[in-house]
Amino acid sequence: MHELSIAMSIVELAEEEAERRGVQVNAVHLKLGALSGVVKEALLSCYEMACEGTPLQGSRLLVEDVSVVIFCPGCQAQRPLSSLQLFCCSECGTPCSEIVQGKELEVVALEIQECVPNPV
Amino acid sequence: MRPEPRLIEVRKNVLKRNDVIARSLRDCFRAAGVFVVSLVSSPGSGKTAILEKTLTLLRANYQVAALVGDLATENDALRLARSQAPVKQITTGTLCHLEAAMVRSALEEWDLNQLDFLFIENVGNLVCPSSYDLGEDLRLVLISVTEGEDKPLKYPTIFHSADVAVVTKVDLAAAVEFSWETAYDNIQSVRPGMPVLQLSAKTGEGMEKYLALLTTRLAELRQAAAV
Repeated sequence: MHELSIAMSIVELAEEEAERRGVQVNAVHLKLGALSGVVKEALLSCYEMACEGTPLQGSRLLVEDVSVVIFCPGCQAQRPLSSLQLFCCSECGTPCSEIVQGKELEVVALEIQECVPNPV
Repeated sequence: MRPEPRLIEVRKNVLKRNDVIARSLRDCFRAAGVFVVSLVSSPGSGKTAILEKTLTLLRANYQVAALVGDLATENDALRLARSQAPVKQITTGTLCHLEAAMVRSALEEWDLNQLDFLFIENVGNLVCPSSYDLGEDLRLVLISVTEGEDKPLKYPTIFHSADVAVVTKVDLAAAVEFSWETAYDNIQSVRPGMPVLQLSAKTGEGMEKYLALLTTRLAELRQAAAV
Protein backbone atom coordinates (compact mmCIF):
# COMPACT_ATOMS: atom_id res chain seq x y z
CA MET A 1 0.00 0.00 0.00
CA HIS A 2 1.95 2.98 -1.27
CA GLU A 3 -1.02 5.26 -1.90
CA LEU A 4 -0.18 7.46 1.08
CA SER A 5 3.25 8.31 -0.28
CA ILE A 6 1.69 8.91 -3.70
CA ALA A 7 -0.92 11.18 -2.11
CA MET A 8 1.82 13.08 -0.28
CA SER A 9 3.70 13.56 -3.55
CA ILE A 10 0.52 14.94 -5.16
CA VAL A 11 -0.01 17.38 -2.28
CA GLU A 12 3.64 18.44 -2.38
CA LEU A 13 3.51 19.00 -6.14
CA ALA A 14 0.27 21.00 -5.94
CA GLU A 15 1.57 23.01 -3.00
CA GLU A 16 4.73 24.01 -4.87
CA GLU A 17 2.71 24.98 -7.92
CA ALA A 18 0.25 27.03 -5.82
CA GLU A 19 3.00 28.80 -3.93
CA ARG A 20 4.81 29.67 -7.12
CA ARG A 21 1.70 31.23 -8.61
CA GLY A 22 0.39 32.74 -5.39
CA VAL A 23 -2.94 30.97 -5.59
CA GLN A 24 -5.09 28.77 -3.41
CA VAL A 25 -5.99 25.28 -4.60
CA ASN A 26 -9.60 24.11 -4.45
CA ALA A 27 -9.12 20.88 -6.36
CA VAL A 28 -6.43 18.78 -7.98
CA HIS A 29 -7.20 17.04 -11.28
CA LEU A 30 -5.33 13.77 -11.65
CA LYS A 31 -5.04 11.31 -14.52
CA LEU A 32 -4.76 7.76 -13.23
CA GLY A 33 -3.90 4.94 -15.60
CA ALA A 34 -5.20 1.42 -15.07
CA LEU A 35 -1.56 0.27 -15.16
CA SER A 36 -0.22 2.95 -12.82
CA GLY A 37 -0.15 0.50 -9.92
CA VAL A 38 -2.24 2.87 -7.80
CA VAL A 39 -5.69 2.05 -6.43
CA LYS A 40 -8.09 4.96 -6.79
CA GLU A 41 -10.17 4.31 -3.67
CA ALA A 42 -7.09 3.98 -1.47
CA LEU A 43 -5.60 7.10 -3.00
CA LEU A 44 -8.74 9.15 -2.35
CA SER A 45 -8.83 8.26 1.31
CA CYS A 46 -5.09 8.88 1.67
CA TYR A 47 -5.39 12.25 -0.05
CA GLU A 48 -7.46 13.73 2.76
CA MET A 49 -4.86 12.55 5.27
CA ALA A 50 -1.99 13.90 3.19
CA CYS A 51 -3.65 17.33 2.96
CA GLU A 52 -4.06 17.75 6.70
CA GLY A 53 -2.05 20.64 8.05
CA THR A 54 -1.04 21.83 4.57
CA PRO A 55 -2.39 24.75 2.52
CA LEU A 56 -4.31 22.11 0.54
CA GLN A 57 -6.43 21.09 3.49
CA GLY A 58 -10.06 20.92 2.40
CA SER A 59 -9.20 20.60 -1.29
CA ARG A 60 -10.61 17.82 -3.45
CA LEU A 61 -8.86 15.23 -5.58
CA LEU A 62 -10.65 14.64 -8.88
CA VAL A 63 -9.49 11.46 -10.55
CA GLU A 64 -9.89 10.79 -14.25
CA ASP A 65 -9.49 7.06 -14.94
CA VAL A 66 -7.36 6.32 -17.98
CA SER A 67 -7.97 2.96 -19.60
CA VAL A 68 -5.23 1.01 -21.35
CA VAL A 69 -4.72 1.50 -25.09
CA ILE A 70 -2.30 -0.77 -26.94
CA PHE A 71 -0.77 -0.66 -30.37
CA CYS A 72 -1.50 -3.67 -32.57
CA PRO A 73 1.42 -4.51 -34.86
CA GLY A 74 -0.93 -6.62 -37.02
CA CYS A 75 -3.53 -3.91 -37.65
CA GLN A 76 -0.98 -1.08 -37.34
CA ALA A 77 -3.57 0.66 -35.19
CA GLN A 78 -4.28 1.63 -31.60
CA ARG A 79 -6.81 -0.56 -29.83
CA PRO A 80 -8.48 -0.39 -26.44
CA LEU A 81 -7.47 -3.25 -24.15
CA SER A 82 -10.42 -5.32 -23.03
CA SER A 83 -8.71 -7.06 -20.10
CA LEU A 84 -5.53 -6.41 -18.10
CA GLN A 85 -5.07 -10.18 -18.09
CA LEU A 86 -5.01 -10.46 -21.84
CA PHE A 87 -2.78 -8.14 -23.83
CA CYS A 88 -4.02 -8.79 -27.33
CA CYS A 89 -5.77 -6.90 -30.10
CA SER A 90 -9.55 -6.69 -29.67
CA GLU A 91 -9.97 -6.93 -33.47
CA CYS A 92 -7.49 -9.52 -34.74
CA GLY A 93 -6.24 -11.22 -31.57
CA THR A 94 -2.54 -10.47 -32.14
CA PRO A 95 -0.57 -10.32 -28.86
CA CYS A 96 0.37 -6.68 -28.17
CA SER A 97 2.95 -5.47 -25.69
CA GLU A 98 3.25 -1.85 -26.75
CA ILE A 99 1.32 0.35 -24.36
CA VAL A 100 0.09 3.66 -25.76
CA GLN A 101 -1.70 4.85 -22.64
CA GLY A 102 -2.65 3.52 -19.23
CA LYS A 103 0.44 4.14 -17.11
CA GLU A 104 -0.47 7.76 -16.29
CA LEU A 105 -0.03 9.13 -12.80
CA GLU A 106 -0.14 12.79 -13.59
CA VAL A 107 -1.42 16.01 -12.08
CA VAL A 108 -3.03 17.63 -15.12
CA ALA A 109 -4.59 20.74 -13.66
CA LEU A 110 -5.37 22.67 -10.51
CA GLU A 111 -8.65 24.36 -9.78
CA ILE A 112 -7.55 27.55 -8.12
CA GLN A 113 -8.71 30.71 -6.46
CA GLU A 114 -6.57 33.82 -6.63
CA CYS A 115 -5.32 34.83 -3.18
CA VAL A 116 -6.69 38.29 -2.55
CA PRO A 117 -6.27 40.10 0.70
CA ASN A 118 -9.56 40.24 2.60
CA PRO A 119 -11.07 43.72 2.61
CA VAL A 120 -10.90 45.21 6.06
CA MET B 1 -15.81 39.65 -3.56
CA ARG B 2 -13.71 36.56 -4.16
CA PRO B 3 -12.82 35.91 -7.78
CA GLU B 4 -14.33 32.86 -9.51
CA PRO B 5 -12.27 29.66 -9.29
CA ARG B 6 -10.47 28.79 -12.49
CA LEU B 7 -8.49 25.90 -13.89
CA ILE B 8 -4.78 26.07 -14.59
CA GLU B 9 -2.92 23.42 -16.51
CA VAL B 10 -0.02 21.71 -14.72
CA ARG B 11 0.75 18.39 -16.46
CA LYS B 12 3.33 16.98 -14.06
CA ASN B 13 4.14 13.37 -13.34
CA VAL B 14 3.46 12.69 -9.67
CA LEU B 15 6.60 10.57 -9.41
CA LYS B 16 8.76 13.15 -11.15
CA ARG B 17 11.03 13.54 -8.14
CA ASN B 18 11.74 9.81 -8.03
CA ASP B 19 12.17 9.66 -11.80
CA VAL B 20 14.69 12.52 -11.76
CA ILE B 21 16.78 10.78 -9.08
CA ALA B 22 16.50 7.46 -10.94
CA ARG B 23 17.73 9.12 -14.11
CA SER B 24 20.73 10.62 -12.35
CA LEU B 25 21.48 7.23 -10.75
CA ARG B 26 21.33 5.63 -14.20
CA ASP B 27 23.82 8.23 -15.46
CA CYS B 28 26.17 7.42 -12.54
CA PHE B 29 25.85 3.68 -13.25
CA ARG B 30 26.59 4.28 -16.94
CA ALA B 31 29.63 6.42 -16.14
CA ALA B 32 30.98 3.78 -13.75
CA GLY B 33 30.28 0.92 -16.19
CA VAL B 34 28.30 -1.06 -13.63
CA PHE B 35 25.32 -3.20 -14.66
CA VAL B 36 22.45 -2.85 -12.21
CA VAL B 37 19.85 -5.56 -11.69
CA SER B 38 16.85 -5.27 -9.39
CA LEU B 39 14.69 -8.10 -8.09
CA VAL B 40 11.00 -7.81 -7.25
CA SER B 41 8.63 -10.52 -6.04
CA SER B 42 6.13 -11.30 -3.34
CA PRO B 43 7.58 -12.21 0.09
CA GLY B 44 9.05 -15.68 0.17
CA SER B 45 9.61 -16.16 -3.57
CA GLY B 46 13.28 -16.77 -3.10
CA LYS B 47 14.86 -13.42 -4.00
CA THR B 48 17.48 -13.72 -1.28
CA ALA B 49 18.32 -17.34 -2.11
CA ILE B 50 18.76 -16.53 -5.80
CA LEU B 51 20.78 -13.47 -4.96
CA GLU B 52 23.07 -15.33 -2.56
CA LYS B 53 23.77 -17.90 -5.26
CA THR B 54 24.23 -15.18 -7.89
CA LEU B 55 26.72 -13.23 -5.79
CA THR B 56 28.68 -16.37 -4.91
CA LEU B 57 28.93 -17.55 -8.52
CA LEU B 58 29.66 -14.18 -10.11
CA ARG B 59 32.23 -13.27 -7.47
CA ALA B 60 34.72 -15.66 -9.06
CA ASN B 61 35.11 -13.40 -12.10
CA TYR B 62 33.40 -10.13 -11.32
CA GLN B 63 33.18 -7.44 -8.68
CA VAL B 64 29.68 -7.66 -7.28
CA ALA B 65 27.70 -5.94 -4.55
CA ALA B 66 24.12 -5.85 -3.34
CA LEU B 67 21.63 -3.56 -1.68
CA VAL B 68 18.76 -5.25 0.05
CA GLY B 69 15.52 -3.64 1.11
CA ASP B 70 13.67 -5.02 4.08
CA LEU B 71 10.90 -3.68 6.29
CA ALA B 72 12.51 -4.34 9.63
CA THR B 73 15.14 -7.03 9.89
CA GLU B 74 18.70 -7.41 8.72
CA ASN B 75 18.28 -11.13 8.14
CA ASP B 76 18.55 -10.90 4.37
CA ALA B 77 21.74 -8.82 4.52
CA LEU B 78 23.25 -11.35 6.93
CA ARG B 79 22.35 -14.20 4.58
CA LEU B 80 23.81 -12.40 1.59
CA ALA B 81 26.99 -11.52 3.49
CA ARG B 82 27.80 -15.25 3.42
CA SER B 83 28.63 -14.76 -0.25
CA GLN B 84 31.52 -12.50 0.91
CA ALA B 85 30.32 -9.75 -1.42
CA PRO B 86 29.72 -6.24 -0.04
CA VAL B 87 26.09 -6.04 1.05
CA LYS B 88 24.16 -3.16 2.50
CA GLN B 89 20.75 -3.26 4.09
CA ILE B 90 18.15 -0.58 3.42
CA THR B 91 15.61 -0.79 6.23
CA THR B 92 12.46 0.82 4.94
CA GLY B 93 10.53 0.80 8.22
CA THR B 94 6.88 0.63 7.25
CA LEU B 95 7.47 1.60 3.63
CA CYS B 96 6.54 -1.23 1.30
CA HIS B 97 8.94 -0.47 -1.55
CA LEU B 98 12.31 1.04 -2.36
CA GLU B 99 12.57 4.51 -3.88
CA ALA B 100 15.42 5.94 -5.93
CA ALA B 101 16.45 8.32 -3.13
CA MET B 102 17.00 5.36 -0.77
CA VAL B 103 19.24 3.67 -3.31
CA ARG B 104 21.17 6.90 -3.79
CA SER B 105 21.86 7.40 -0.09
CA ALA B 106 22.73 3.72 0.42
CA LEU B 107 25.34 4.02 -2.32
CA GLU B 108 27.01 7.13 -0.92
CA GLU B 109 29.99 5.35 0.58
CA TRP B 110 30.56 2.93 -2.26
CA ASP B 111 32.85 3.48 -5.19
CA LEU B 112 30.77 2.34 -8.15
CA ASN B 113 33.86 2.34 -10.37
CA GLN B 114 35.07 -0.73 -8.53
CA LEU B 115 31.95 -2.72 -9.44
CA ASP B 116 30.83 -4.82 -12.39
CA PHE B 117 27.40 -5.75 -11.04
CA LEU B 118 25.15 -4.15 -8.49
CA PHE B 119 22.05 -6.02 -7.37
CA ILE B 120 19.11 -4.37 -5.66
CA GLU B 121 16.67 -6.61 -3.82
CA ASN B 122 13.38 -4.80 -3.37
CA VAL B 123 11.00 -5.30 -0.46
CA GLY B 124 8.83 -8.38 -0.96
CA ASN B 125 5.75 -6.89 -2.62
CA LEU B 126 4.20 -7.38 -6.05
CA VAL B 127 2.27 -4.12 -6.09
CA CYS B 128 4.06 -1.02 -4.86
CA PRO B 129 7.56 -1.42 -6.35
CA SER B 130 6.04 -1.27 -9.84
CA SER B 131 5.63 2.51 -9.69
CA TYR B 132 9.23 3.32 -8.74
CA ASP B 133 12.14 3.43 -11.14
CA LEU B 134 15.40 2.74 -9.26
CA GLY B 135 17.72 3.50 -12.16
CA GLU B 136 18.37 -0.19 -12.79
CA ASP B 137 19.28 -1.64 -16.20
CA LEU B 138 17.34 -4.83 -15.74
CA ARG B 139 14.38 -5.61 -13.51
CA LEU B 140 13.63 -9.23 -12.73
CA VAL B 141 10.22 -10.25 -11.45
CA LEU B 142 10.33 -13.56 -9.59
CA ILE B 143 7.49 -15.99 -9.01
CA SER B 144 8.05 -19.27 -7.22
CA VAL B 145 6.37 -22.52 -8.20
CA THR B 146 4.81 -22.71 -4.72
CA GLU B 147 2.81 -19.53 -5.39
CA GLY B 148 0.86 -21.06 -8.25
CA GLU B 149 0.67 -20.25 -11.94
CA ASP B 150 -1.78 -17.38 -11.75
CA LYS B 151 0.40 -14.70 -10.12
CA PRO B 152 0.92 -12.91 -13.47
CA LEU B 153 -2.86 -12.63 -13.97
CA LYS B 154 -3.31 -11.21 -10.48
CA TYR B 155 -0.47 -8.69 -10.71
CA PRO B 156 -0.17 -7.65 -14.38
CA THR B 157 1.23 -4.21 -13.52
CA ILE B 158 4.46 -5.49 -11.97
CA PHE B 159 5.05 -7.66 -15.05
CA HIS B 160 4.85 -4.51 -17.15
CA SER B 161 7.42 -2.76 -14.98
CA ALA B 162 9.90 -5.66 -15.26
CA ASP B 163 12.08 -6.87 -18.14
CA VAL B 164 12.47 -10.57 -17.45
CA ALA B 165 10.31 -13.01 -15.47
CA VAL B 166 12.01 -15.72 -13.42
CA VAL B 167 10.21 -18.80 -12.16
CA THR B 168 12.02 -19.87 -8.97
CA LYS B 169 12.17 -23.02 -6.81
CA VAL B 170 11.65 -25.18 -9.89
CA ASP B 171 13.08 -28.15 -7.92
CA LEU B 172 9.72 -28.14 -6.09
CA ALA B 173 7.58 -28.00 -9.25
CA ALA B 174 6.54 -31.66 -9.24
CA ALA B 175 5.74 -31.67 -5.52
CA VAL B 176 3.31 -28.77 -5.88
CA GLU B 177 2.02 -29.88 -9.31
CA PHE B 178 3.16 -26.66 -10.89
CA SER B 179 2.46 -26.38 -14.60
CA TRP B 180 5.26 -24.58 -16.41
CA GLU B 181 3.14 -24.30 -19.57
CA THR B 182 0.28 -22.58 -17.73
CA ALA B 183 2.63 -20.19 -15.94
CA TYR B 184 4.41 -19.38 -19.19
CA ASP B 185 1.10 -18.79 -21.00
CA ASN B 186 -0.11 -16.53 -18.19
CA ILE B 187 3.04 -14.43 -18.35
CA GLN B 188 2.75 -14.15 -22.14
CA SER B 189 -0.92 -13.25 -21.79
CA VAL B 190 -0.22 -10.20 -19.59
CA ARG B 191 3.07 -9.29 -21.27
CA PRO B 192 3.49 -10.77 -24.74
CA GLY B 193 7.12 -11.46 -25.63
CA MET B 194 8.46 -11.29 -22.06
CA PRO B 195 11.53 -13.52 -21.63
CA VAL B 196 11.03 -16.15 -18.92
CA LEU B 197 13.73 -18.10 -17.08
CA GLN B 198 13.46 -21.12 -14.80
CA LEU B 199 15.72 -21.27 -11.76
CA SER B 200 16.49 -23.32 -8.71
CA ALA B 201 18.88 -21.79 -6.21
CA LYS B 202 18.99 -25.17 -4.49
CA THR B 203 19.96 -27.45 -7.38
CA GLY B 204 21.49 -24.78 -9.61
CA GLU B 205 19.09 -25.61 -12.43
CA GLY B 206 18.89 -22.76 -14.94
CA MET B 207 21.69 -20.78 -13.27
CA GLU B 208 23.98 -21.06 -16.26
CA LYS B 209 21.51 -19.52 -18.69
CA TYR B 210 20.58 -16.83 -16.18
CA LEU B 211 24.19 -15.87 -15.45
CA ALA B 212 24.94 -15.86 -19.17
CA LEU B 213 22.13 -13.34 -19.64
CA LEU B 214 23.68 -11.06 -16.99
CA THR B 215 27.24 -11.29 -18.27
CA THR B 216 26.15 -10.78 -21.88
CA ARG B 217 24.22 -7.68 -20.89
CA LEU B 218 27.25 -6.34 -18.99
CA ALA B 219 29.47 -6.92 -22.03
CA GLU B 220 26.93 -5.18 -24.29
CA LEU B 221 26.77 -2.22 -21.95
CA ARG B 222 30.55 -1.87 -21.86
CA GLN B 223 30.74 -2.24 -25.64
CA ALA B 224 28.13 0.48 -26.12
CA ALA B 225 30.06 2.75 -23.74
CA ALA B 226 33.31 2.16 -25.63
CA VAL B 227 31.85 3.23 -29.00
